[in-house]
Amino acid sequence: MNAESNAMPQSPLESQVIAPAVMPAARPMYWSVRRELWENRSIYIAPLAVAAVFLFGFLISTIHLPGKMRAASTLDPMRQHELIAQPYLIASGLMMLTTLVVGLFYCLDALYGERRDRSILFWKSLPVSDLTTVLSKAITPVVILPLVTFAITVVMQWIMLLVSTAVLLGSGQSVTTLWAHGSLFQTWLMLLYHLLTVHGLWYAPIYGWLLLVSAWARRAPFLWAGLPLLAIGVVEKIAFNTSHFGTMLANRMIGGGGGGDFMTGSLSMDPLMHFTPGEFLISPGLWIGLAVAAAFLAAAVRLRRSQGPT
Amino acid sequence: MTVIEARGLRKAFGTTIALDGVNLRVEEGRILGMIGPNGAGKTTALNAILVLTPYQGELTVLGRDPWAERDLLMRDVCFIADVAVLPRWITVSQALDYVAGVHPRFDRAKAEGFLAKTTIRRSGKVRELSKGMVTQLHLALVMAIDAKLLVLDEPTLGLDILYRKQFYDSLLNDYFDRNRTIVVATHQVEEIQHVLTDVMFIDRGHIVFDRSMEEVESRYVEVVVHPEKAAAARGLQPMHERQRFGRSILLLDAVERNQLAALGDVRTPSIADLFVAVMENQAAVHKE
Repeated sequence: MNAESNAMPQSPLESQVIAPAVMPAARPMYWSVRRELWENRSIYIAPLAVAAVFLFGFLISTIHLPGKMRAASTLDPMRQHELIAQPYLIASGLMMLTTLVVGLFYCLDALYGERRDRSILFWKSLPVSDLTTVLSKAITPVVILPLVTFAITVVMQWIMLLVSTAVLLGSGQSVTTLWAHGSLFQTWLMLLYHLLTVHGLWYAPIYGWLLLVSAWARRAPFLWAGLPLLAIGVVEKIAFNTSHFGTMLANRMIGGGGGGDFMTGSLSMDPLMHFTPGEFLISPGLWIGLAVAAAFLAAAVRLRRSQGPT
Repeated sequence: MTVIEARGLRKAFGTTIALDGVNLRVEEGRILGMIGPNGAGKTTALNAILVLTPYQGELTVLGRDPWAERDLLMRDVCFIADVAVLPRWITVSQALDYVAGVHPRFDRAKAEGFLAKTTIRRSGKVRELSKGMVTQLHLALVMAIDAKLLVLDEPTLGLDILYRKQFYDSLLNDYFDRNRTIVVATHQVEEIQHVLTDVMFIDRGHIVFDRSMEEVESRYVEVVVHPEKAAAARGLQPMHERQRFGRSILLLDAVERNQLAALGDVRTPSIADLFVAVMENQAAVHKE
């Protein structure tokens, strides 16, 4: 008993002494991701700005809310649900679109910007491997950005619901219909699922391609990201008079196999209809996409190894 | 211990040969100055050592193959390129946090100590700092890292004389000791010559001169010749001759000093004069 209680306080002390000598492998990764957030403040500023603008518009629209609710009470439950849930779904859709745009621009600049401003010479003078650096730049759009968007969207929709409640209570109406059909919890679950599967996994090859271009291009990464794809499409069209490549790209962009494609899915009446993780996880499109993404990232790591500033 | 060893280091950019079979050996505790005109291959040689460019030939840095083990190597190697490679968006405290986060040999308190001697604010961004302050910041970060090899590539380019002097002073007084090695590439010869233990001239991808400073001081001598002794002095086969105020100044290699006093005023040449002499001889060789 005594021996144990004596040993206890010593262990934190020991680990402190040892700490400077060995650095856990995860630390460079943690700090690399933090550096991405310092450098690319658009990761949270852009969704925040879009959320603020949307909320502003929504606040003004609440003038009509008591009338709208009164009209809704006469409709059948399906139409009622559609009408009430609509602004929340539009909000989610808008935030996901913002995430996608921010992610695309982020990737195009991620490995190009550091060469253009020569700061790569500084980053490379530190004991962080090229693999860690490239992975940190892939994790940002695949994991960090969706989670940031999710958090902002949850807060935003919560504010929308509270404001609506306040307005309805102010006009002396009941809020039961609103709370019954607002079903925020379901919306959030769906949003998180969509962000992680589509933005995280399904879009991975798109982000991988853009990171590869940004590691390779000496200038104009934006052009290099688009032109080769266009060229392949044109050549295919002329040579075989088919457009499989274009169809494949379009399928990838609008989240074809995502099990929650946001162009139609998130705006549809019952989002849970698309909630099919099992189907998504066994779809070959997902795994082919991930393999392609891994190949792109491996190429980007190789490129960065042999590169100085442009 | 040998810190850097290169054998037959070669690098070509298209048809331009930047390094043409360079052999190089730097021992621990030396401060080597790599001096050469623009485009001579200094930066390329340093980039090869720092794994910033692929190369042909054999290279060992601190006993490691830099190409295979860059991230491990960078725990023991520090690098300052010409000014302004610190990212412009980073704040001073973020830079401290980041280096402390990723570098196991970084002593944050030491870096803070160096910064306290400057006027750099912790919350300031690099883009708001003057060129001189950016260099001070970078130097503070690097000097707080307990590294074995420090590589400097034109570290004081574009700085005024006060900052340049301060830079080398703090490097010598607060950083250098016999366990560390410094390689500095520059074409501003005058201000580093007192700092160096070894000097190397690079021209067109070749090392054309490689001596310790003791050797330079004992072997080379400069004579401001009395006009009437000019013919006799030229008989000693000087490496180089130039005119100043109507008198010839001869640079001689490995000559008995006693016989020179009669010819004129004898002095030790500056590295700059030696550099000019070696480069002009090289140019003459290339013309033939």
